[in-house]
Amino acid sequence: MSAAVAVFRRELLLAARRPAEWAQPLVFYAIVALLFPLGIEAHDPALKVFAPAIVWVGALLAALLGVERIFGGDLEDGTLEQLLLSDAPAPLLVAAKLGAHWLLTALPLVVAAPLLGIALGLEPLAVKVLTLSLLLGTPTLMFTGGFAAALTVGAQRAGILLPILVLPLMTPAVIFGGGAVRAAASGLPFDAPLYFLAALLALTVTLLPFATAGALRNAIE
Amino acid sequence: MPIPSLQVSNLAVARGDRNVVEALGFAVAAGEILHIRGRNGAGKTSLLEVLCGLRLPAAGRIEGQPDAEQRHWLGHKNALNPALSPDENLRFWCALSGHAEADVGDALQRVGLKAQRHRPCGNLSTGQRRRAALARLLALPRPWWFLDEPLAGLDHAGIDLLAALLETHARNGGAALVTSHQPLPQGLAGVRTLELRP
Repeated sequence: MSAAVAVFRRELLLAARRPAEWAQPLVFYAIVALLFPLGIEAHDPALKVFAPAIVWVGALLAALLGVERIFGGDLEDGTLEQLLLSDAPAPLLVAAKLGAHWLLTALPLVVAAPLLGIALGLEPLAVKVLTLSLLLGTPTLMFTGGFAAALTVGAQRAGILLPILVLPLMTPAVIFGGGAVRAAASGLPFDAPLYFLAALLALTVTLLPFATAGALRNAIE
Repeated sequence: MPIPSLQVSNLAVARGDRNVVEALGFAVAAGEILHIRGRNGAGKTSLLEVLCGLRLPAAGRIEGQPDAEQRHWLGHKNALNPALSPDENLRFWCALSGHAEADVGDALQRVGLKAQRHRPCGNLSTGQRRRAALARLLALPRPWWFLDEPLAGLDHAGIDLLAALLETHARNGGAALVTSHQPLPQGLAGVRTLELRP
């Protein structure tokens, strides 16, 4: 467990050294969500209908921004090789690294979501569901993105490969997340999509670190 | 208690679809330094990777292969994040292994990086980064060292430093396997040479 704590602390230290890296997704997310009303019209009722999709797609694209860098630097400087050679279980180290990335790049998106929801004209209940859905869904986006990043790390043209690989895997989270907010905004029950998001979260957080560690081992060979 | 020796018999190492090393047999015991020499492409790195357990051999047997807690691998890359200082990088590796971080300052002093210990590694020279990587061997004491081209980037003083580190390590009952296309400094005790021919 101390190995996971060490990896987690190192990621926080690196983020403190390079604040632009974790601030970039948040800025991108806010720009995407806030420019959308300007593209339609601020008081257009359609905006309220689109709002869940805008916030969720914005979160997905913002999460994708930093994903490519998760393992790239470590592969380049040899850290990845040493991490995989250490006696600490690789899936645990992967989970710690992705957990730190979620905290640094995705949690700010969750915190900013209520503001964006209100700006897009969502009712208080829908804003609450939006925030909850992002809280449940963003770790899924991060762990799925991490898996795809591990598959493409070191590959030429990883920048093109990664979104092609990752978007279909992330689609269920967007469907259920957006669906929950849409249901809440229309006064319909919204529990089922949230349960699906929670199930996806449990699956990705427990299983994907193993697959990611396997992909990383493949990358260093 | 001395560490068990590493025994290799009839070993074949493949790179791609061809064997770069075939029918190799030797043993390395505690207190020994094995210098694996050969030209570019002779299979030095591939052999060292197999001996260290990074990948599987194509054929043959390896007995007494050390586990992760007993070995250090120093590859072509130094495993130093450029945004962090040598001190921070080493503290991370110590914390990862659950080892006390108290030895970090001493290790950096021994490799001559006392003045640079808090500077980002990205601002250090190639040789200084190599020294910082060597400091990892000292901060985290382990009996087996697998060093792939450790002389790369080191100046004369750095090469002498590495020789002194190897000598002390062997004297303390450790063992080292070192690949290099150039000879190790003369007068280094306990060195055996294994010449690989392509």
